[in-house]
Amino acid sequence: MAINPALVGRSYPASPPYRVSREKIREFAEAVGDPNPAYVDVVAARALGHADVIAPPTFPIVLSLGSSGQQVIEDPELGLDYTRVVHGDQHFAYARPLTAGDIVTATPQITAIRTVAGNDMLTWDTVLATVEGEYLCTATSMLVSRAESAS
Amino acid sequence: MSRRALESVTVGEVLPALSVRLRRADLIRYAGASGDFNVIHWSDRVAQSVGLPGVIAHGMLTMAQAVRVVTDWAGDPGAVIDYKVRFTRPVPVPDDDEGAEIVLGGTVTDISVDGHVSVALTATFQGDKILAAAKAVVRLTSASPTP
Repeated sequence: MAINPALVGRSYPASPPYRVSREKIREFAEAVGDPNPAYVDVVAARALGHADVIAPPTFPIVLSLGSSGQQVIEDPELGLDYTRVVHGDQHFAYARPLTAGDIVTATPQITAIRTVAGNDMLTWDTVLATVEGEYLCTATSMLVSRAESAS
Repeated sequence: MSRRALESVTVGEVLPALSVRLRRADLIRYAGASGDFNVIHWSDRVAQSVGLPGVIAHGMLTMAQAVRVVTDWAGDPGAVIDYKVRFTRPVPVPDDDEGAEIVLGGTVTDISVDGHVSVALTATFQGDKILAAAKAVVRLTSASPTP
């Protein structure tokens, strides 16, 4: 079943505030196998001019594919078959790195929907900002729900 | 550790390459840390039922590892201001001790007047590209103030 192209432009409510913690950054950095001290050592991070340890560049995916992204992926009006989904493209544009202590919301908006040869392609932007209103990052994800006949 | 100085960077500079091995346990750990529990990253049964060869690595795990080429070199991961990739080929991760080895590299392709350094990234598995159009931009500054 093709996804519904009428949903281009649809935006979703901001996620509940998410507190970026030193512990979660450490867990994520270890999971991606990156020993960079800026992620785990406050002294090293401050020596680089950061307020606290910073999150790895792909960390915003925790929010953009997390509960905020689930609003998009599971939108019943969209009709995306998640069991057939693979990640197509990913883009991050940063004003600054997420930093331990930041309290962040994620706000998604669908920017493109295409169906090519039975493959459904969904693109959405997630804007991350602090609860004080400081813009941090835009994460743009494109997911492909592969055609049944293509396998 | 300090941020690399802009004047030390040249277009065409090849960044130190990196080789990473992914095993099933790494996928499970990444699933937990990232919250991405898509079943194709941990169940061969489900992965094969949707036409994949078996469990595949999270694209986002590959993306996280590829940018290390840039962040290790730049000296400050906070210098990254833009990062994008296209996932072109899944990386099957067998249920064995060997796992899958991916090889990562990068080359400086552009230095803008405002100190934005573009790096084209490569990622291969068994010699095949797994990422395309992979590019990171870092903002670097001169070590000494310019007059």
